[in-house]
Amino acid sequence: MSQGSEVRVALILVSHSRALAEGAAELAGQMAPGVRLLAAGGGDDGGLGTSFDAIESAVATATADGGSAVVLTDLGSAVLTAESVLELADADVASRVRLADAPFVEGAVAAAVTAHGGADLATVHASAEAAGDMFGAGPEPAAAAEVAQDGVVRATVTVRNPLGLHARPAAVLARMLAGYDAKVLVDGANGASVLALMKLGATEGHELRVEAEGPQAASAVEAFVEAVAGGFGEV
Amino acid sequence: MTLDVAWAIGWVRLSAQTVTEHRSELIELDRQIGDGDHGENLFRGFTAVTAKLDALETQPADIGEVLKLVATTLMSTVGGAAGPLYGTAYLRAAKATGLPELDSHGVVALLEAALEGIVARGKARTGEKTMVDAWAPAVEAAVAAADAGATPAAVLEAAAAAAGAGAEATVELIATKGRASYLGERSQHHMDPGARSTELILRAAAQAAE
Repeated sequence: MSQGSEVRVALILVSHSRALAEGAAELAGQMAPGVRLLAAGGGDDGGLGTSFDAIESAVATATADGGSAVVLTDLGSAVLTAESVLELADADVASRVRLADAPFVEGAVAAAVTAHGGADLATVHASAEAAGDMFGAGPEPAAAAEVAQDGVVRATVTVRNPLGLHARPAAVLARMLAGYDAKVLVDGANGASVLALMKLGATEGHELRVEAEGPQAASAVEAFVEAVAGGFGEV
Repeated sequence: MTLDVAWAIGWVRLSAQTVTEHRSELIELDRQIGDGDHGENLFRGFTAVTAKLDALETQPADIGEVLKLVATTLMSTVGGAAGPLYGTAYLRAAKATGLPELDSHGVVALLEAALEGIVARGKARTGEKTMVDAWAPAVEAAVAAADAGATPAAVLEAAAAAAGAGAEATVELIATKGRASYLGERSQHHMDPGARSTELILRAAAQAAE
């Protein structure tokens, strides 16, 4: 299970606004407790802007013990300043830090949940960047082709809690499913992606179709059904 | 004829001076199409650089060392997009000038590295109404002057004049990069502040070589 695994990849949240960086850290932290979230928001004077020193210090903190980090940025100079920090950093440090081209809030949430599962740097980075694909589009087209094969474990379960699969339960499910050696699709969406689950818009009474493949497919489906049927402590 | 470490230090001090003198002008240019902080930011950055130069206990061994000091100080004090852009320009220029003296081709290498840094960081091309529209013609003019056998001072003169013409030409451009691009056609009929500050800094380089 994911809860017991070591959390290695930190997130550095760089925004023009201190409040925005800290708010994104608060939000992502609630969905992925224990992940190191370093907010580097605002200019040196505390107003709007980006601070080279604040980003540099966050990078130093994140990489001090051999750790690695994914950097999320909001606009313009936040990106340029983060890149400059990495250009000036030691090559060893810079190699353990990756900038994500991702929407700030969605990327932070997705990356934090993935990092919570103990994923490596490349996987956390990819998770942040995949968050950008979640805007506007329908269910991921690849999903439809992956059903109806031998060895697929299937089940259905009805959403019971009034608010449906909102952020918190989606994060609970994504974290849980990421801990199994199984590929799990929920209504055709990637069950290990908090954003994909939220995007289903599943409300109370919705019947979720879950399909899993892989060595731990059966136990993943069982745990999923139990969690959804349990109503996430909201019923 | 070559340029030495004293030239590099003189360039930095004259840059601080010209940025201070044109602070209000840069603020006003930036207020028209940006967020109005360019003059203040550059003033703060170069003031900090001068303070660091004053505090140096030993004379820098080569030109690159001076430029690296400028790079790191600007990056951490300027803020906005100009900090990383100028910071990267000086940083790349520093890497190209780990020498006690520069001849005309050395000056060209410095300017080329600075332009490369700005393009790499800002991902802008010419014609987008940014500082690249001053830097690119400056480098072109410097190459032509050096190839024609000009002295380092004359190479810098040519670069500064071309940067000035480039900055002037940004007036009629419509911004497609940077903050001013949010304004679209309303960005026309204004000079780009980054192109103007580029001209000022290159004029300081030429003046220091006189």
